[in-house]
Amino acid sequence: MVVRGDLSPELLTRPWWTDSDLADEGIPVIDSPVVSVGGGMGAFALVSYLRMSGMPSSYIRVIGPEPIPYSTYRYLCNNSQIFDDTTIRSDSSSVMDNVWGWPGYAVREAFGDRPKGFFAPLWSVLTEPFVEDYWTPRAGQVFRSIDREMPRIGWHRMYVPGLVRTVRRRIGGGYFVINTPPAGTSATRRVAYRCGYVHIGVGYPGLRFLPDLQQYRQQYGDHQRVVNAYEPHEHVYTELMRRPGVVVVRGSGIVGSRILERLIVDRDTRGARTVIWHLFRNYVGGPQGPSRFRRPGAEGFAYQGFNFSRAAWGGTIKEQLAAMDPSARPAFIRQIGGTNTPWRKEWQDQLRRGRTEGFYRSFVGQVTSVVPGPDGTVITNITSTDGTALQIPANFIIDATGLEATVDEHRVLRELIEHSGARTNPHGRMDINDHFELVGTRSEPGRMYASGSITLGGPYAPVDSFLGLQYAALQICDDLASAGAVRRFGRRTSVKSWWAWARNKPVPDGVGL
Amino acid sequence: MTPTLIGRLQTRALVTLVIGVPWTILLAAPLSGLTVGRGLIVVITMGVVGLGWEAVYHWIMGFRWEKDWPSLLGLLTGVNEAIFLGLLLQLGLVAGVSPGPSLGTFIVHFFTTWLLIWGWLQGPMKVLDPRWRFRGGRVL
Repeated sequence: MVVRGDLSPELLTRPWWTDSDLADEGIPVIDSPVVSVGGGMGAFALVSYLRMSGMPSSYIRVIGPEPIPYSTYRYLCNNSQIFDDTTIRSDSSSVMDNVWGWPGYAVREAFGDRPKGFFAPLWSVLTEPFVEDYWTPRAGQVFRSIDREMPRIGWHRMYVPGLVRTVRRRIGGGYFVINTPPAGTSATRRVAYRCGYVHIGVGYPGLRFLPDLQQYRQQYGDHQRVVNAYEPHEHVYTELMRRPGVVVVRGSGIVGSRILERLIVDRDTRGARTVIWHLFRNYVGGPQGPSRFRRPGAEGFAYQGFNFSRAAWGGTIKEQLAAMDPSARPAFIRQIGGTNTPWRKEWQDQLRRGRTEGFYRSFVGQVTSVVPGPDGTVITNITSTDGTALQIPANFIIDATGLEATVDEHRVLRELIEHSGARTNPHGRMDINDHFELVGTRSEPGRMYASGSITLGGPYAPVDSFLGLQYAALQICDDLASAGAVRRFGRRTSVKSWWAWARNKPVPDGVGL
Repeated sequence: MTPTLIGRLQTRALVTLVIGVPWTILLAAPLSGLTVGRGLIVVITMGVVGLGWEAVYHWIMGFRWEKDWPSLLGLLTGVNEAIFLGLLLQLGLVAGVSPGPSLGTFIVHFFTTWLLIWGWLQGPMKVLDPRWRFRGGRVL
């Protein structure tokens, strides 16, 4: 069957396309100066700046599978046990709907729904991290504030449903972004967007299991007893409430902490009698590093407030990384990031109780294999640090290591590397410059940018965070301003925009550039 | 805040000029014992000595893993700075302000200025310069 308006295999092998190439295939072409691919939080941050810098919504198209920018983020949060009333690991001034970070989430909570009263959030944010832990907003507050901001910036006027199939450089300048609209919404299989500037914000290229767990799932076809924390796995908790069981948790980062919290809360409040065996590959016994570069740590965990040491967002660490030779960056990024989790009083209490009462035990070692055991159990064979072999039988194994797929496992990114001149950095992610432009993809006068987790390993470490996405967006806007594509988001525009934000006044549309 | 050393120095100089100086001029009228001339010498001295304090804070910050300077420290360091500046004034070491102001006048002048600056850095500064927080406090 011949599908109308589709890409031919031959065309897909070519790195540069002309307007007539698409006309020959019967693919309609829509002009749009800026196209953002993905439709998630990265796009939201970028279009916030672009719109406030004076770009009309008609100049921008945001293509993605979900009309709400936080849909995918919320899905991953929910699976990893962060619900709307749970706090996320982000500080008060990393505010997705407010590019200035002021007023922060803590102040807005105090003057908003006040789940803990008026003074508690203010006291917490004032005394963090000495008296209280770092103040972190609840996920629901983030989502509600984005809901408020979406109509203000005209999000739905810019949003186009669909899944981007590929991006190619255009002979004559700029790019083609090929969208696959939802079935039944378009006369053709594909629709092309001809644009000068492209932003790639596709989030995680995909999720990945630990190799031994992946092998177990493939070999034994068991997707019930071995689960990834980022995939739906509520059945694990349901069954553990029905009858006592043993869970092996792999991973000691933030996702691992969330899973442990859920398992212990189920014990405390829902009658579960779960025993948790926490498996560490690298056990952090205490603070590590020289005196001026020492990260707190204890009982297996490395502790820090956020994914990276805080100055990675805009201080000494950020400058150090930016000035570094690209080949040295991955090691430094591992030092300031790597596997870590925040020190929170509540979590410390839970684990202390677990150790005392015997329902939480930690093991250190290398996994040699994972095999089915008797009575529907799964056995993890490990070699402990002293060389002895151990068998850990469990009812479930939860992979909370949060491993991500490589960029070449994502079709759009793979084709950018194969056909559009993009390349990977020494960390294996997409290579960007200081302005988050994808190196090697220039199609004068057009430029292609990327933000989010796919750009890790470059000049900026916390790319996969609210504030990191906003930083990337500002850098991109500055670069677009230098190319004459948009007005610079300067001090005057900033003050005017903030005042409009404070009054929830819609960003003016159709004013031109 | 996650300041760099140059960011600290630039920010301190800026807030001394755009907050400290106008506030001192405004405060001179209602606050007995404070004249514009003497008040300005005090607030400029506060800023200049503050540059030295910033270097000390930066050295201390280096021992923090997060390399950040939480709001509470920004607020509480007003105490050590006030004591030090107060001593300089009492000992007559600040040219043009000898004898120094009364303790009450000094406390009101210093801490109202300090609180205004601290409050300014918590928010309005980020609006006036949207890149400030990403650049470790640099304004130039």
